[in-house]
Amino acid sequence: MAGPLGTISELRAQLDGRKLSSRDLTDAALARAEALEPALHAFVGLRPERARAEAAEADARLARGERRSALEGIPVAIKDNMVQAGEATTCASRILAGFVSPYNATAVTKLRQAGAVIIGRTNLDEFAMGSSTENSAYGASRNPWDLARTPGGSSGGSAAAVAAGVVPLALGSDTGGSIRQPAACTGLAGIKPTYGRVSRYGLVAFASSLDQIGAFTRSAADSATALEVLCGHDPCDSTSLPEPVPQYTQRLSGEISGLVIGLPREYLVEEGVDPAVLACVREAVAELERCGAKTREVSLPHTKYAIATYYLIATAEASSNLARYDGVRYGHRTANAKDLGDMYRRTRSEGFGAEVKRRILLGTYVLSAGYYDAYYRKAQQVRTLLRHDFEQAFAGCDLIATPTAPEVAFRLGEKASDPLRMYLSDVYTVSANLAGIPGLSIPCGFAHGLPVGLQLLGKPLDEATLLRTADTYQRCTDWHTRRPPEPT
Amino acid sequence: MSVQTNSSYEVVIGLEVHTQLRTESKLFCGCQVRYGDDPNHHACPVCLALPGALPVLNARAVEFGVRTALAMNCTVHSRSVFARKNYFYPDLPKGYQISQYEEPLATNGWIEIDGEDAAGRSFAKRIGITRIHMEEDAGKSIHDAAITGRNGSHVDLNRAGVPLLEIVSEPDLRSPAEAGAYLRTLRQLLRYVDVSDADMEKGHFRCDANVSLRKKGGSLGIRNEIKNLNSFRYVEDALQTEIERQARVLDDGGRIIQATRLYDAATGKTRVMRTKENADDYRYFPDPDLVPLALEPAFVERARLTLPELPERRRIRFESEHGLSAYDARLLSVSRTLADFFEAVVGARVPAKLAANWILRDVLQALKEREQEIEETKLAPGALAALLHLLEEGRITAKSARELLPELVERGGDPAELVSARGLEAVSDSAQIERAADEVIAAHPENAERFRAGEEKILNFLMGQVMKKTGGKASPGVVRDILARKLKA
Repeated sequence: MAGPLGTISELRAQLDGRKLSSRDLTDAALARAEALEPALHAFVGLRPERARAEAAEADARLARGERRSALEGIPVAIKDNMVQAGEATTCASRILAGFVSPYNATAVTKLRQAGAVIIGRTNLDEFAMGSSTENSAYGASRNPWDLARTPGGSSGGSAAAVAAGVVPLALGSDTGGSIRQPAACTGLAGIKPTYGRVSRYGLVAFASSLDQIGAFTRSAADSATALEVLCGHDPCDSTSLPEPVPQYTQRLSGEISGLVIGLPREYLVEEGVDPAVLACVREAVAELERCGAKTREVSLPHTKYAIATYYLIATAEASSNLARYDGVRYGHRTANAKDLGDMYRRTRSEGFGAEVKRRILLGTYVLSAGYYDAYYRKAQQVRTLLRHDFEQAFAGCDLIATPTAPEVAFRLGEKASDPLRMYLSDVYTVSANLAGIPGLSIPCGFAHGLPVGLQLLGKPLDEATLLRTADTYQRCTDWHTRRPPEPT
Repeated sequence: MSVQTNSSYEVVIGLEVHTQLRTESKLFCGCQVRYGDDPNHHACPVCLALPGALPVLNARAVEFGVRTALAMNCTVHSRSVFARKNYFYPDLPKGYQISQYEEPLATNGWIEIDGEDAAGRSFAKRIGITRIHMEEDAGKSIHDAAITGRNGSHVDLNRAGVPLLEIVSEPDLRSPAEAGAYLRTLRQLLRYVDVSDADMEKGHFRCDANVSLRKKGGSLGIRNEIKNLNSFRYVEDALQTEIERQARVLDDGGRIIQATRLYDAATGKTRVMRTKENADDYRYFPDPDLVPLALEPAFVERARLTLPELPERRRIRFESEHGLSAYDARLLSVSRTLADFFEAVVGARVPAKLAANWILRDVLQALKEREQEIEETKLAPGALAALLHLLEEGRITAKSARELLPELVERGGDPAELVSARGLEAVSDSAQIERAADEVIAAHPENAERFRAGEEKILNFLMGQVMKKTGGKASPGVVRDILARKLKA
């Protein structure tokens, strides 16, 4: 079996130096994906023929000196909730069985235009609802650091694929932490940009006002490379932001002296967090101070309402977003229905898993007449307060540091029967989605032999500062270079 | 129309009209708005509600909405919000309709209609407009195997996403006739501002009616909503039927139950579709895929500048500027095309009253005979003006002009050419008329004698005979002069 692939920048140098071809890299990635699939179950589907054809095209362009971007010829994977023309998209749900998209998501188009080679679609919690991939209709993915544990979720397949060195870059989507929490669980850099920074066109909606596409990479520098390709305004997404995209890679100066890092008092309490995790995060903050950053305490007083607010808004939007899966036009339709109502009931009962049904029911309730004001409207009001919290905090600091998750990757099955405990895995991450601000997670040590994530939260559209800080940290530390054992 | 049963009730009617905007493309995607093509021919990922598809608002539709709102004297809101109306139906691909709910495009306007007072006298009545909002149409379910060629139900999404305006009136209408007048005025206005064909037969203009009865001066009664009203006559008939039904219930000491009713044109009756207790809960909430619609004052002002002169103002101007009667001015301003036609004829130096007479009598008659609208005619305003000039100059007779008009309406053409091709030039050759006059006097000696004896009316008979001999082409004035001269000689 081929060994793990390097980072984007390492592979870039090899491709540009003609040490190997995109075709070699793509073959290696596909071979490794297939070999590790029984152990990791990172993928829902691979596309070997098309990937090889795309790699050949990339090689031809490279030979002509027509490199399209820093991703030219690089094998990548995408979470299976972004559509590709001519390919299946399952969202790890039975209800999308047989669905083949006739169009490309904008993020997919951008990857293709950049010359990246998409080798396959990665596993996720059904419709991105979950924190472990255990809600996938195709079974859970596993964490390369410990195959008995979750790689996190919902973008767990993407995290497992990058952590195991199958690809140097995989796309994920983050609605309440679905990139940052798996990145923490698997020792990767995972970035959720500002809401609206990457087009959602072609991203299958879970909660439209929270969903955002982002990237898993081994290093923060690679995240910057990926974001330069992915970000930008898209006329097909009305919530997409028009601001020009900075050259993130040019901003990685390795210099953070004078930068003020806010430490929210509500996040850095002992309660509800593994002390070993907290210790790693405190040490990481100390390291950033040694790099020249200053720290100060800030307050995000409405944090305690974040989880409740998140689960009201996310489920409300989901209940409506998932109404289109009705068996009429595509995907699963029940085999035997008496009438129209029966067809809807059976199709949706058969097609959706338990967690998706739970959230549709919650969301339907939240929006129903007589409860709307108490739940949905109230949640929107609290959301505004949370946004103000961040605005005030950022008046006194440049970014905010917190743990990404309250604990390391948990054992598969450990929380499957306790949805509320599962929801609490998102306690540090959901606020960024509610406020629409960018966040990233980078590895900052190990607890109980498993990676721990440091979360950095930034001002709206200030991905550059997040990436510069994370990159500076990675120039001083080597956590991101640690590799999981080869799965057997 | 009046309520037959017990006239002590006051009728309270409010109407909700859905009108289709005549944009090139749909409200939230680039698909063409077109009918008659193969089913699902105009259906992209957005129309099909494919996973990941997102709506993008059509700016033209917003402009049309704003134009309509301004023409109806509404307050156009600088911020309005699209909301999702959630319900399951096979022709509703997303499982929700994008509409506007808590924050509509415009509110609080009015239009003026021809009302009718208790004595049947017409007066200008102001009807309040509660709100105007934008929404998308649904697709079409087809259950007819004769159309689909197969059993089962089918869905055509060509119509899904077509832009609609919903226009909600205040409950200011007091009779089915007023409801009809409101709808006709509204349709005329929508066509005037050129935002909608407002064609009820094609389903471009749909109406739901809310109706209740109350004791004169009392508080509002319980209302019933009637759906499925797809012609003006159905609206008035259904309202009349429902008013009579409610009056009977109340006369018998009964209670009206709030319900949504369907009108069945075949039986002329309404039946209950659902009552309030089992009303749908649409779970409206702001659509997170669309940002709130923010209208710059400049956008609204630009829309205001594109408004044409509206019917009321035009009618008044026709009276003052062209000296038309109130009646003629109203008839001519009903349709923008007709009014434009009239003004084009007048612009070609035809006296306004002459133009008005010919258009309202002869042109409309010719159109009616051909079941045509003014929009469809081949008759150019310039051609009518040319015809009327020939008449005025005495080069043709009114009879000839009337003979030519249907042909001009049917096929168009140049009146001068037609006149010479048909030999319809008025006979100005007095020798020919004198010859005919001599013949007529010789053929009717006793009538000539009666004229000479002072019975002047008999001249008309003799003139008719001369006209006949000249094939109607002689100018009546010349004939009269020649005859009179000869008889008195």
